[in-house]
Amino acid sequence: MTETVIHPALALILGALVLPFLRGMPRSVAIVGLPLVTLALLWQVPDGPVWQAHFLDYTVTPLQGDRLSRLFATIFALMAAVGGLFALGQNSRLEVPAAFVYAGAAIGVTLAGDLFTVFAFWELMTVGSTLVLWSHGRDTAYRAARRYLMIHLLGGVVLFAGITGHVAQTGSVTFTHMAPDSVAHWLILIGFLVNAGAPPLSAWLPDAYPEASWSGTVFLSAFTTKTAVYVLIRGFPGTELLIWVGLFMAFYGIVYALLENDMRRILAYSIVNQVGFMIAGVGIGTEMALNGAAAHAFTHIIYKALLLMSAGSVLLMTGRRKCSELGGLFHSMPLTMVCGTIGALAISSFPLTSGFVSKSMVSQAAADGHLLAVWLLLAAASAGVFLHAGIKFPWFVFFQKDSGLRPAEPPASMRWAMVVYAFLCIALGVWPEPLYALLPHAVKYEPYTWAHVLAQLQLLLFSGLAFFVMLPYLKRTLTITLDTDWLWRRLLPAAATRSEAWFGAARQALSAGAGHVGNGLVGMVIRQAGQDARLARTWPTRSMALWVLVVLLGYLLLYYA
Amino acid sequence: MNLAPHLPALQVVVPLLAAPLTVLLRRRSVAFAVALAASWVALAIAVALWLRVAEGGTISYAIGNWPAPWGIEYRVDALSAFVLVLVTGIAALVLPYSRASIEAEVPPQKHYLFYTMFALCLAGLLGITITGDAFNTFVFLEISSLSIYVLIALGRDRRALLAAYQYLIMGTIGATFIVIGIGLLYLMTGTLNLADMGRRLAAVQGTRPVLAALAFLTVGLSLKLALFPLHQWLPNAYAFAPSAVSAFIAATATKVAVYVLLRFYYSVFGESAVFARLPMQEAMLLLALAGIFVASTVAIFQTDLKRLFAYSSVGQIGYIILGLSFDSTSGLTATIVHLFNHGVTKGAIFLLLGGVALVTGGTSLARIQGLGKRMPLTSFGIVLCGLSLIGIPGTAGFVSKWYLIRAAFEKGQWWLAFLIVASSLLAAAYVWRFVEAAYFREPRKDLTEGAKVPRSMAIPSGLLVATVVYFGLDTSFTVGSAAQAAALLLGGLR
Repeated sequence: MTETVIHPALALILGALVLPFLRGMPRSVAIVGLPLVTLALLWQVPDGPVWQAHFLDYTVTPLQGDRLSRLFATIFALMAAVGGLFALGQNSRLEVPAAFVYAGAAIGVTLAGDLFTVFAFWELMTVGSTLVLWSHGRDTAYRAARRYLMIHLLGGVVLFAGITGHVAQTGSVTFTHMAPDSVAHWLILIGFLVNAGAPPLSAWLPDAYPEASWSGTVFLSAFTTKTAVYVLIRGFPGTELLIWVGLFMAFYGIVYALLENDMRRILAYSIVNQVGFMIAGVGIGTEMALNGAAAHAFTHIIYKALLLMSAGSVLLMTGRRKCSELGGLFHSMPLTMVCGTIGALAISSFPLTSGFVSKSMVSQAAADGHLLAVWLLLAAASAGVFLHAGIKFPWFVFFQKDSGLRPAEPPASMRWAMVVYAFLCIALGVWPEPLYALLPHAVKYEPYTWAHVLAQLQLLLFSGLAFFVMLPYLKRTLTITLDTDWLWRRLLPAAATRSEAWFGAARQALSAGAGHVGNGLVGMVIRQAGQDARLARTWPTRSMALWVLVVLLGYLLLYYA
Repeated sequence: MNLAPHLPALQVVVPLLAAPLTVLLRRRSVAFAVALAASWVALAIAVALWLRVAEGGTISYAIGNWPAPWGIEYRVDALSAFVLVLVTGIAALVLPYSRASIEAEVPPQKHYLFYTMFALCLAGLLGITITGDAFNTFVFLEISSLSIYVLIALGRDRRALLAAYQYLIMGTIGATFIVIGIGLLYLMTGTLNLADMGRRLAAVQGTRPVLAALAFLTVGLSLKLALFPLHQWLPNAYAFAPSAVSAFIAATATKVAVYVLLRFYYSVFGESAVFARLPMQEAMLLLALAGIFVASTVAIFQTDLKRLFAYSSVGQIGYIILGLSFDSTSGLTATIVHLFNHGVTKGAIFLLLGGVALVTGGTSLARIQGLGKRMPLTSFGIVLCGLSLIGIPGTAGFVSKWYLIRAAFEKGQWWLAFLIVASSLLAAAYVWRFVEAAYFREPRKDLTEGAKVPRSMAIPSGLLVATVVYFGLDTSFTVGSAAQAAALLLGGLR
């Protein structure tokens, strides 16, 4: 090759490492400029393998361009820029650099041509996102980060086992289309789905994301799940199982979001719901469906970030996060209210917003494929989205009863970030052609037909009606919803407490152990392996010698038997 | 005089002669210079031998011109050349490091003794690796073991004495078992030359004395290489020995024992006798997995870094033996490459910890709080090596894990592949203990301000950390040599 291409992901990651040393104006410029430089570099990456190297016995391709990669990498870089702008006032010096490493790793995954590189960036993403969560500095954030890290390390382990198996079977590390036809491919699929927030581990997402700072959640919402959607589009398109996984996630998100009271947890559940649409699209697997999944990921990142920015602004200005403690904020935060509402309209796929031009493609693909059940369920889920995110979030936060709070609008950098994204939500809705031109496959879809618009408006009207009819039931009181994370947050520790009583072991050793996950097991392990336990103690010489004899006898018996 | 044909003999003779020389000269600076020269010459010889083996195949050298089955034969093949490079390479880095390190940890009047013992130990380890004679193996094993006992006992902590004493008892039991095994083999074959022994053993394969010999050798060597549950001597020995000694023996001593095990299993007994006729695969698999999971879990709860990484060594030895239990080319490649990669990684960690001990006065987790701020480079180095222990791509540890998991998949044992990757979570947990203390805690007030790691210690540590990363990216030397050695062993060197 003649020209040198700089790896955009590495540029962003290395730049992020310099950030902590900057202060004041140069820091602000770097935070907004760095992702834009990355974006410019990204568009220099030609199609096909660009960087290749030999590693072990294989040819790895750390940098490779194509339409799908570019689409996802573009929105990731854009997200890093606008998220950086929103977070300019963040006091934590760790958060933005960590978020940029996180974003860079996500871009790295999308530009990877081989599974090794995917895995390396995949793990880096886990590290980056954990640090973002961590940098909030609160004790709850610390504990959430630990749970988050454990789930993702576990997912990484499964993924790595799968990748090794795949390479052992095929002798190639190229990241291509796979089907769940062998153990190795199942493991890869499971590894991908863990990051997508698929059941049964979906709970990591709403457990962790709302614990980040007012700006951290914005970053977290964008990368992990959408990278998972990307690798699923590339690796497992047309896997029928994914349709049902996606639909399950869509409804799961709705049910829990309706029950939830914390505004950012509502939005976190709604991420699961939205990713469900995308995964269902991947499962349908036609060109239209894949286009729809990719486009939906693109628009979703924008409007979900917008929603979380408005929620983050409210959190920063009021310090409150529960719907039952908020309300009537439109009096003093009109801009935040307008931007939040635009986000809410977009997520509900209101015509003339970005959500409309992307989500309808998935439904259309289901209709084209004559998947009636899928189409009906998708339509029902769309109505549900309007219920929980489209109306519920803005209604309870900005309108409803007047809570008496009169916070000011957030600082300028945050306002600008919201305005940029609100503009994009509308612009993409009115003028979807540039987005369609970016999609991996040629688009033969016209969003603004009378049938589409009318059908969607009817749907929204009826679900809107349903919301206000059911309003008395939806008024949230102070509740905590139980999810599957109850298993590892409550049941195991409870079992541990019980077993403690039986064994009479010290409770302190337990709680100092290893957090919530598997406390029962941990308790047992500590008793056996902890500081002064039998396995860790210095043995007297005679017991060491005794063991030598035991092993010798064992071998002799084994041989002579 | 042309020395080239005599390189195999010189490999052992140079450090062996350096030992008495250091005693005679006594002055510690002179003793240091002699030992340093010997270790560097040894490295040069090892590299030369490796190159010659890579070009022309196995070298056989008859000591004193007595031909093979009667005289003592030194034999350098792909496997032994690779291990020689590891042992001499580590020695050549640890020696320059040791000068400043033992200055702080060993009373000055004993310094020359340190160099004597170090040179003896090096000669012993090299002798074990290079010799083609069973009894010679035992003699060199004793030379290296005895000098290691002394080296451990030089530790500043009084508990070093107990650790050395326990290691002495256990090591002697191990050596006795080994000599019993060799004796039984001699009884049955009438020869001490390993290659010859392998040939003649075919006639008496499966007889009770031969099986007993296998059992005694297996147990004796398992003790020496610290295979669970015979690892109990190791944590204290590593923890209380002087830093330079910890680094040297962690990187080489157990690895050479693994080498002897491979030699006896594949070159003497033969693969089919050990793995096909006896349930050794299952036994090794069981002990290896137990070692990996138990020792790694115990490591998580340690409060002293040296002990923590010592237990991690026991776990990593589990991976080495796990590769052996597959009895396949990939498995054996994993074993040999991990022997090297883990040697380098653990050596680097213990060298860095020596620097930490020098600056902070200890290696307990409480003492190193906030180390990331005080010693950023050292902390970063430990984290890098920690990533290698976990097996993150881009580090040497990843390469070994890769072959190990591949071997599991080739056998169709995907659950085992899953267990291997899952066990790296345990490694992540104990490395995290360091990260948490070093980066997320405020430094203690009394952490000596301004104290620095001397350059003579920093450069060898840095070099070894660099090799950890280098061999994670360029695997042509490590994997190339290991694959060649594995092919040699499995191809039958009867």
